[in-house]
Amino acid sequence: MTQSKQAPLDEATAILLTPGGLDAAALDTGLDHAMGAGIDYADLYFQRSWHESWVLEDGEVKDASYNIDGGVGVRALAGEKTGFAYSNQITPGALADTGRTASGIARSGSRLTSQPVRAGGAPLRYAGVDPLSGLSAEDKIALLKQADRIARKADPSVSQVTASLTGVHEVVLVRASDGTLAADIRPLVRFNVSVIVAKNGRRERGSAGGGGRYAMSRLRDDNVAERFAKEAVRQALVNLEAVDAPAGQMPVVLGSGWPGILLHEAVGHGLEGDFNRKQSSAFAGRMGQRVASPGVTVVDDATLADRRGSMTIDDEGTPGAYTPLIEDGILVGYMQDKLNARLMNMAPTGNARRESFAHMPMPRMTNTYMLAGQDDPEDIIKSVKRGLYAVSFGGGQVDITSGKFVFSASEAYMIEDGRITAPVKGATLIGNGPEAMGRVSMIGHDMALDTGVGVCGKEGQGVPVGVGQPTLKLDELTVGGTQS
Amino acid sequence: MTQAFDAAAQQTLLESRVAVALEQARTLGADACEVGASVDQGTGVNVRMGDVESVELSRDQGIAVTVYVGKRKGSASSSDAGEASIRAVVEKAIDIARYTGEDPYAGLADAELMATEFPDLKVHHSWSLTTDEAIELALACENAGREVEGIANSDGAGLSTGEGVRVYGNSHGFLAGQRGSRHSLSCMLIARDEQGMQRDYDYSSERDPAKLSSPQTIGRSAAERTLRRLGARRPETGRLPVLFAPELASGLVGHFLNAIAGGALYREASFLCDSLGKPLFPEWFTLQEKPRQIGGMASSSFDSDGVYTRDNVFVDSGRIASYMLSAYSARRLNMTTTGNAGGARNLRIEAPLTAQADLLAQIERGVLVTELMGQGVNGVTGDYSRGAAGFWVENGKIQYPIEEFTVAGNLNAMFANLIGVGDDIDTRGSIHTGSWLIDDMTVAGS
Repeated sequence: MTQSKQAPLDEATAILLTPGGLDAAALDTGLDHAMGAGIDYADLYFQRSWHESWVLEDGEVKDASYNIDGGVGVRALAGEKTGFAYSNQITPGALADTGRTASGIARSGSRLTSQPVRAGGAPLRYAGVDPLSGLSAEDKIALLKQADRIARKADPSVSQVTASLTGVHEVVLVRASDGTLAADIRPLVRFNVSVIVAKNGRRERGSAGGGGRYAMSRLRDDNVAERFAKEAVRQALVNLEAVDAPAGQMPVVLGSGWPGILLHEAVGHGLEGDFNRKQSSAFAGRMGQRVASPGVTVVDDATLADRRGSMTIDDEGTPGAYTPLIEDGILVGYMQDKLNARLMNMAPTGNARRESFAHMPMPRMTNTYMLAGQDDPEDIIKSVKRGLYAVSFGGGQVDITSGKFVFSASEAYMIEDGRITAPVKGATLIGNGPEAMGRVSMIGHDMALDTGVGVCGKEGQGVPVGVGQPTLKLDELTVGGTQS
Repeated sequence: MTQAFDAAAQQTLLESRVAVALEQARTLGADACEVGASVDQGTGVNVRMGDVESVELSRDQGIAVTVYVGKRKGSASSSDAGEASIRAVVEKAIDIARYTGEDPYAGLADAELMATEFPDLKVHHSWSLTTDEAIELALACENAGREVEGIANSDGAGLSTGEGVRVYGNSHGFLAGQRGSRHSLSCMLIARDEQGMQRDYDYSSERDPAKLSSPQTIGRSAAERTLRRLGARRPETGRLPVLFAPELASGLVGHFLNAIAGGALYREASFLCDSLGKPLFPEWFTLQEKPRQIGGMASSSFDSDGVYTRDNVFVDSGRIASYMLSAYSARRLNMTTTGNAGGARNLRIEAPLTAQADLLAQIERGVLVTELMGQGVNGVTGDYSRGAAGFWVENGKIQYPIEEFTVAGNLNAMFANLIGVGDDIDTRGSIHTGSWLIDDMTVAGS
């Protein structure tokens, strides 16, 4: 999938613009409204999305829902200032109203005209399919019921099974005063299984899920119902045996894949352009400096085929990119949108994202991961006298200013004398981003990406993201258990 | 850049659309139907380093339809509440109900439970504020903070003002609206020392703009909260009493409410399954819900099933006195709804209150937690482990700031070990409480 194509633009035009009577000239007129006195950049962001969700409980799909959303968001920039308005009508009248409102951010200054459309195009990172139509309603229900059967058969202690299948068909089109005209058809699907197991008066939960930017039929082809049902039961049973987690500082080994949420929290957010322009990030002003152990290379990569965090174009129309952030421990790059790139005299990196047309874009991660190292994962475990081995996580959070980050384990084990021993209850791990990255002492050769479950929240906006990493050893991190 | 909002006209319009949707659902073969519609409008301004950063005008609307065909259910929604869209949404919901499985518990709440009285709860207060005035207030707030010595940088100040209308109707003939407003002013500042940077914030949020704290109060408080974090150390690992600041104690109440919510109970996803009547908190502790409180942040005379809201007592003298149920979860548990579809409204604690200084005075060695991070709460087991920042307390007095540690325990034990509730009540949200002093938690630091 490397060809540059006109197809998404034609399809998006037909879906987004034609019904409201908008053509190329109407977009130019819309931009003219937004390019008021003193405005140096404006963009129009058109979006429609169809969201479907099927939920199984008690062995039956008793609830399903469908949501249609759409509209246009208009943004006008004047230096560091942003004016923003939106409408759920995509009509010439709505463009005029929102454009005039947004351009009110500047009251004076010269009137600039917008650039004519530049020929552009981005390599497609996923097929522009409607993911919802990939399976019939009966097929979707059958897939959920299969997960229920398999989970219940897997172990007699399984008492509750909840399974869900969701899909979003999203169509976006961006026209900006810098000559940008770009469109994207973004499918996104996800399958999830959550179980409760009960035994000897104890109750525990286990869950597993995943998906990506493709048709729902691929979930069936990938056998997700069986894989995630078995994985959810396995995790719940492990937790049923878990003992209290230790408390205090110790070596921590993180498994490959989803534990890459460490990178997302410990370094990712701190390398977003807006925080560095405002000098509010613990990484501000450290470009070119060592911020992690030698051997640590972290990238943000929107170009991975079909991944949950991938983007053919970002929400400003910039092609999605492979952006090195840390190379061999040295800080080499920030993630940028157009506003922050311009103010920092850098180039946009295709990281402008927004939850919807009703939200302002800002620099966000796509798929953020650490490249593989040389170490054998078994040797990494063997090197630990007493520590924690964490393989699955719930969520995380970071204070980008102090650099403090947390992430909460949902499956973890003790390491004693180089061997994995008892499972321990989920505990929150806490550290300081730059410090923790400097304590990475071993990097596995088993780099893996997560299964496609991440949602990143920033300033109240959620966007789908991916993470990944090889097995990793941090010489010291604080583990928040109860056994001191 | 201001936009007028005629709440009464909007309510009339939404009510007529909900009625149209209900009628369409009936015509298309639904045996029962419920429809929610809303419109919200607002302005948000952000300033940073003495200049405007963004001005945002928002206007959101939506309509959500749930139909029941026999015992099958289907739901659909749209951000477009226009006539054509409504028809498409109803058709889609009915289409979905062709595929979903039968659910013996599905359906509307019983007709006799529908709310019949709709007193003015005084939760809607417009604020005729121009964009320039909003910017002035935000600038005054940030300036007051930046003027405090030691503040090096700012994450900005923001003012947001919004109002909206929510309408709910169902095929029992119930149709009612609720107008509301929310106005808030916030400020986040940054300070630096040789150790690095710290940030903190403060905010005020009210239904009635006249009740907002002054911009100067918020800005100065944000500065003080930021500066007091400088020079933070790491506490030693150990078992210690933990004093939770009021804005965090309300989160502990939230964990309790999640655990007595019908949805968690019938899914066996709660550490409080089969706990009705059992002791959980100390005897002196009672937790009540006042859903019809005048001016309350979450006040409403009907819940999202249309059921009348009533005062509930969830904890009575330490014992779990009631679960928190919707019509559906109540049927699942063979109980009666408590008027809590959509959640809890206005939680109030009835307990002997202690001055925060007197709570501190009870701590020989312990921590005051002023910030919690992460999602380390397991609702199934009650296991609790969260990142924290705050202050080291010794001999009854705050000694120095601390950071990069966790506080952990199990909610069952934490609630039982509640020693005292402060009189420093935070009234900004739906849950009003002062500080909570909890004995014997595990603090993990250096």
